Amino acid sequence: MDAFVLDRLQFAFTITFHYLFPQLTMGLALLIVVLKGIALKTGSEDYDRSSRFWAKLFAVNFVLGVVTGIPMEFQFGTNWAEFSRLTGGVIGQPLAMEGVFAFFLESAFLGLFLFGEKRLSKLAHFGSAVMVFLGSWLSGFFIIATDAWMQHPVAYTLMPDGTFHLNSFWGLLSNGWAWRQYAHNMCATVVTASFVMAAVGAFYLLNKQHDAFGKIFVKVGVVAGIISCMLMIFPTGDAQGKYVAHYQPVAMAGMEGLFHSQAGAPIVLMGQPNEQTQTIDNPIAANDVLSFLIYGTTKAEVKGLDSFPRQDWPTMLPLLFYAYHIMAGLGTYFVLLMAISVFLLWRKKLYQSRWVLWALMLSFPLPYIATTAGWMTAELGRQPWLVYGLLRTSQGFSTHVSAGNTLFTLLGFMGIYAVLAILWIVLVYRMVEHGPEAATPHAHPETISA
Amino acid sequence: MGFIWFWIVAVMIAAYVVFDGFDLGAGMLYPILGRSDKDRSTIIQAIGPVWDGNEVWLLAGGGTLFFAFPLLYASSFSGFYLPLTIVLWLLVLRALGIELRGHIANDLWRTFFGAIFAFASLLLTVFFGAALANVIRGVPLGPDHYFFLPLWTNWQVGPQPGILDWYTVIGGLVAVVALSTHGALWLWLKTSDELSERARRAAGYGWAALCLMTLVSLIATIAVQPMALKNYGRYPILYLIPLAVVASLLALQLFRNAGKALYAFLASCAYLVFMLVGAAAGLYPVLLPSSLNLQDSLTVADSLTGSYALHVGLIWWGFGMLLAVGYFVTAYWLFRGKAEGHYHF
Ligand code: HDD
Ligand code: HEM
Ligand code: HEM
Repeated sequence: MDAFVLDRLQFAFTITFHYLFPQLTMGLALLIVVLKGIALKTGSEDYDRSSRFWAKLFAVNFVLGVVTGIPMEFQFGTNWAEFSRLTGGVIGQPLAMEGVFAFFLESAFLGLFLFGEKRLSKLAHFGSAVMVFLGSWLSGFFIIATDAWMQHPVAYTLMPDGTFHLNSFWGLLSNGWAWRQYAHNMCATVVTASFVMAAVGAFYLLNKQHDAFGKIFVKVGVVAGIISCMLMIFPTGDAQGKYVAHYQPVAMAGMEGLFHSQAGAPIVLMGQPNEQTQTIDNPIAANDVLSFLIYGTTKAEVKGLDSFPRQDWPTMLPLLFYAYHIMAGLGTYFVLLMAISVFLLWRKKLYQSRWVLWALMLSFPLPYIATTAGWMTAELGRQPWLVYGLLRTSQGFSTHVSAGNTLFTLLGFMGIYAVLAILWIVLVYRMVEHGPEAATPHAHPETISA
Repeated sequence: MGFIWFWIVAVMIAAYVVFDGFDLGAGMLYPILGRSDKDRSTIIQAIGPVWDGNEVWLLAGGGTLFFAFPLLYASSFSGFYLPLTIVLWLLVLRALGIELRGHIANDLWRTFFGAIFAFASLLLTVFFGAALANVIRGVPLGPDHYFFLPLWTNWQVGPQPGILDWYTVIGGLVAVVALSTHGALWLWLKTSDELSERARRAAGYGWAALCLMTLVSLIATIAVQPMALKNYGRYPILYLIPLAVVASLLALQLFRNAGKALYAFLASCAYLVFMLVGAAAGLYPVLLPSSLNLQDSLTVADSLTGSYALHVGLIWWGFGMLLAVGYFVTAYWLFRGKAEGHYHF
């Protein structure tokens, strides 16, 4: 394998692993504010304990997010030196702002929130939860603005030496791609957090443990779940799809597996893209639907892959197709499951419906899969470009670093992250098992997570 | 603009060294000063609430370097590929050590994560010191502004050095001594009773070693990188910086003897800052000297990004720093007073 492939593998592996943690913490930060807010308003001790319990789970995930995030920041320089040299003047801006505005904020207020319960007033403690929420959502914005610039470059001047210089700060931050991506992605974090919360609640109810908390978690989980799951599809998913179809039509053709341009294009629900014959094997398709989704009329012509030069096609077509379909398929299932749960909640039957509780309990890994698949859609769809239309991925990596060195570091990351994954499972399981009753405020905790 | 951003990045790196320096130092002293489990718990607690915020200086500094000097970021990060990746692994391990030790009340668990914490703190400090020494000594930069360094070659300073040679190892040792002393002073300040007294004594040994190592590193630097004195010759006022280094060393020891922990710690902060400022002042406007041909050195002018970005950057950076200082003051104020370790699971 050459260095270029290994650089890509390493980036894909480390970012996917990193993002397992922030997607929970960002969504959870919002739900903790909700729990804490209800506790403040009603004076309910159970809600207060619930927020404390989730804060502990938040802290463990936060620490893992921090340790896996630091390598991300430096990988641009180590593995993607040419890319950094050429685009640093633009994307360095949001990355530096993330450090200066978001990470300082988050780390300081997380400390206040976790250590300060005995030292702060109730309102100030609630305020620190809000600040943690703001900090983490701000950090999400800056990183998405960075990615969005690579998907849809704006506000730059191309210099004669090939480097990109920023020419409008607001242009960079108001990139339409960034705001659409941000909206969809942040809803996804709430989906993840809702599913995890509902799953822990369902586990308690089915296990006949911590009953009162089980009910709170299931209730908050499914209510937040139905709202965020619906927002995933409309308007945020829909808006993203239209944008992709407009600015990256070749990526859209790849996502949908549309090899040939056609009017009244079908949507393929299932099937296997066959690059040899340029068809979809075993298709289950609905005619006209794709044209309608993109252009609002069933007869509109949608461009297929054959309208674009071969060297601009996404490089891993089948994976792109599957990633997109996994995301959208799971998204549909999420809405169904949450709709049933909320209906039963309203009829006051949810806590006794063992089948639905089982489904809620077992579904918690699915949002992680959907989110990862969504990112794979975005990143594979962008290929073969690193900066869309301007810089090819093959022009961005560090040419002075040999494949042997890259493989060494890739293997090292895999080993360390495997250990992290095991520790994470053990610690989270222990916390869930100890349950919310054990979550009392500490006057002198040792560290953030302990 | 180049001058301003050079110093902005330098200040952020200095802030990183001063803040994260004491928790790295605490990590190195953890196995030496922490005789009982309670002591060890206290040491962790003395840095527990603040270590993450301290580390953000590294991220914010790295981000700022990326944005203001993209070429330097690209060239140095890919050139120092292996040591940097190892640093990343060590940062992961160290954070795990600090954070996970308290989770399970089992002797083996605590011993293991404590050892990881100490080991990673020590190696990180050596790497950071060696990295700085590499920047002073120079690297084999070619006309294309790139290079690649192996971890070691023949341990000699030459045109094709390794990351580690006798000079950069000295740099690593200076860092170990300086940050252990810094960490000892912090622990003296933040703990009580016997542990605190032990830390004060450790700072005394540290101080003696630090005086020696400072002198050694100064002589070695002049021998290895004659260019380091050019700016000093041109602007003799710069000789105030080494004077300030000596003054802070003296102040450190005086305050230590007088039993004034906070002032001794501040003197140690001043020492670290002046050492770094001295090195930066010697290098400017070079960012990374070439060991092959001085003409190929990376300078501020080579690697600076466009002036529009730098101008807006100045505005948000100033604003962001005000906020960051506010958070730091609040956080350190809230956690003032002595740490006292205890069990909880
Ligand atoms: C819980 C996770 C989740 C769910 C249920 C969905 N998505 Fe999604 N999607 C994401 C999580 C996600 C994501 C991981 O958050 C992405 C990756 C980049 C981004 O901003 O959001 C994403 C990206 C993304 C893109 C952009 C791809 C690109 O940039 O090339 C489109 C077009 C959609 N989604 C469309 C949908 C539709 C139509 C859904 C409805 C069924 C849907 N997503 C459900
Ligand atoms: C700011 C955010 C991000 C930036 C700047 C970014 C940038 C990059 C870069 C430089 C690459 C390597 C080039 C390539 O092979 O495509 C890449 C690939 C990839 N990224 Fe992202 N990425 C971001 C977010 C994410 C997230 C959050 C995920 C998933 C959780 C992700 C998943 C991937 C994957 C799967 C690849 C591999 C694509 C391939 O190998 O072709 N990215 N991204
Ligand atoms: C290449 C892309 C990325 C880089 C360079 C990166 C960098 C980092 C770094 C350095 C940290 C540690 C901060 C600290 O010490 O407090 C971190 C944590 C975090 N990152 Fe990432 N990150 C990337 C992708 C993402 C994405 C795509 C998101 C979300 C949309 C995200 C959201 C967060 C959040 C919320 C945290 C706080 C810790 C946590 O909640 O787990 N990151 N990231």
